[in-house]
Amino acid sequence: MSILNVYDLKKSFGKTEVLKGITFSVEQGEVISILGSSGSGKTTLLRCLNFLETPNEGRIEVNGREIFSADNKELPDRVLRENRLNFGLVFQQFNLFPQYTVLENLTLAAKLRVKEAAKKDKTLSKNQLFESIDKQALETLESVGLSEKKDFYPCQLSGGQQQRVAIARALMLSPQILCFDEPTSALDPELTGEVLAVIKELAQRKVTMIIVTHEMAFAREVSDKIIFMDEGVVAACGTPDEIFCNSSNERICKFISAMSNK
Amino acid sequence: MFIEVTLALFGGFLTTLQIFFLTLLFSIPLGLVICFGSMSRFKPLQWLVKVFVWIIRGTPLMLQLIVVYFGPGLLCASMERAGQAGNVIYYIADYLNSFSPFVATIIAFSINYACYFSEIYRGGIESIPRGQYEAGQVLGMTKTQIFFRVVLLQVIKRILPPMSNEIITLVKDTSLARIITCYEIIWAGQKFIKSEGIIWPLFYTGAFYLLFSGLLTILFAKMEKKLSYFKN
Repeated sequence: MSILNVYDLKKSFGKTEVLKGITFSVEQGEVISILGSSGSGKTTLLRCLNFLETPNEGRIEVNGREIFSADNKELPDRVLRENRLNFGLVFQQFNLFPQYTVLENLTLAAKLRVKEAAKKDKTLSKNQLFESIDKQALETLESVGLSEKKDFYPCQLSGGQQQRVAIARALMLSPQILCFDEPTSALDPELTGEVLAVIKELAQRKVTMIIVTHEMAFAREVSDKIIFMDEGVVAACGTPDEIFCNSSNERICKFISAMSNK
Repeated sequence: MFIEVTLALFGGFLTTLQIFFLTLLFSIPLGLVICFGSMSRFKPLQWLVKVFVWIIRGTPLMLQLIVVYFGPGLLCASMERAGQAGNVIYYIADYLNSFSPFVATIIAFSINYACYFSEIYRGGIESIPRGQYEAGQVLGMTKTQIFFRVVLLQVIKRILPPMSNEIITLVKDTSLARIITCYEIIWAGQKFIKSEGIIWPLFYTGAFYLLFSGLLTILFAKMEKKLSYFKN
């Protein structure tokens, strides 16, 4: 069974139809890259999965359980928040919380969840849970190679380091599927390597990921499947070799050669 | 004579300080309420609040003081003449009319400054990038958590310079309260012109204002420094 099924997802902003019916699935442990030129709807698709936008039509299933259906759009806030946690999202602009240290950035959301739970269930030992969150955060930070920066503030880190912290933060809530929205586009070229290395390692650990990127070589190397989007539809979908080597679609060939020569 | 004047001015300055601190106490939270109103998605409320802010910011504070202090009494009198002394509005106006100049001053100042603060807050809140809210959302935080745990401190950092500007203006605006016979420091200084025929006590009041606004300047600089550990 697929971990994620998306059926006929449509999204319009005013009169502009950005997604015109997207259908795809993701298997457990798979890495999917979404390629396509600017304005093809890649980012909107990720934002729909993370409930930052509400699709106009379509269905989303995680592990066979429907978490979104256009027939039932008005979800209560509590359900919406639970559904969001199926996904993690790493932003192009990192979006770390500037007033918190690296460690606090990782633990904030988890600790707030514990506090909420503790309000309902008085028997819960908050301190014990906080300790385990801190421990998990340190381990996660270690896995992105930034343990020694735990007490730094985001403004004291390089862009690449900030993005690695953002990845660690997204991992903290153990999402089923981790999404990346052009994770290296805001970085200087010499800083993209460290971020891509972290993503590669996650791929080796079989973390299910959906990556929107313009890094062609990287997408080809790391992905199990590539989705090529064009003007709001899936123009092609297949293994990296199918897409990069034998694509019959003229649009894709043009795009790939243009991007690869950059 | 110098000591006598100093003591008299201190008496007036005490009222000045009371106006200052009470105005802040009420206008800072009231400003937040007005700010949320002006950002409301419910359009009629948004309009109502915006018109209100426009009126308050668009008319002199001195005029507002006069309206708050004398308005209710005038309304009462005209209602009595019209034979409508029995209805609810009359009783409200009659109650407002019983306020002392000091209370009327606090009401007028609080409303006036809350409107200015609300616009500063709005600018601060709207200047926080959407990404901060979205990062909180994808981490499963509630709207309230995002506002208080993520956005608020960043807003405070951003609004500190314009707020300190307004607050220092407030120190000097307190002198307007004299117009409705609220005995503050300018009045205390002016009194000596009539009673003793000397004008220097009035000039001397300036020292009090300078000292106090100097203290505030230092305080705000400290607060800004305290929040300088992060950038946004």
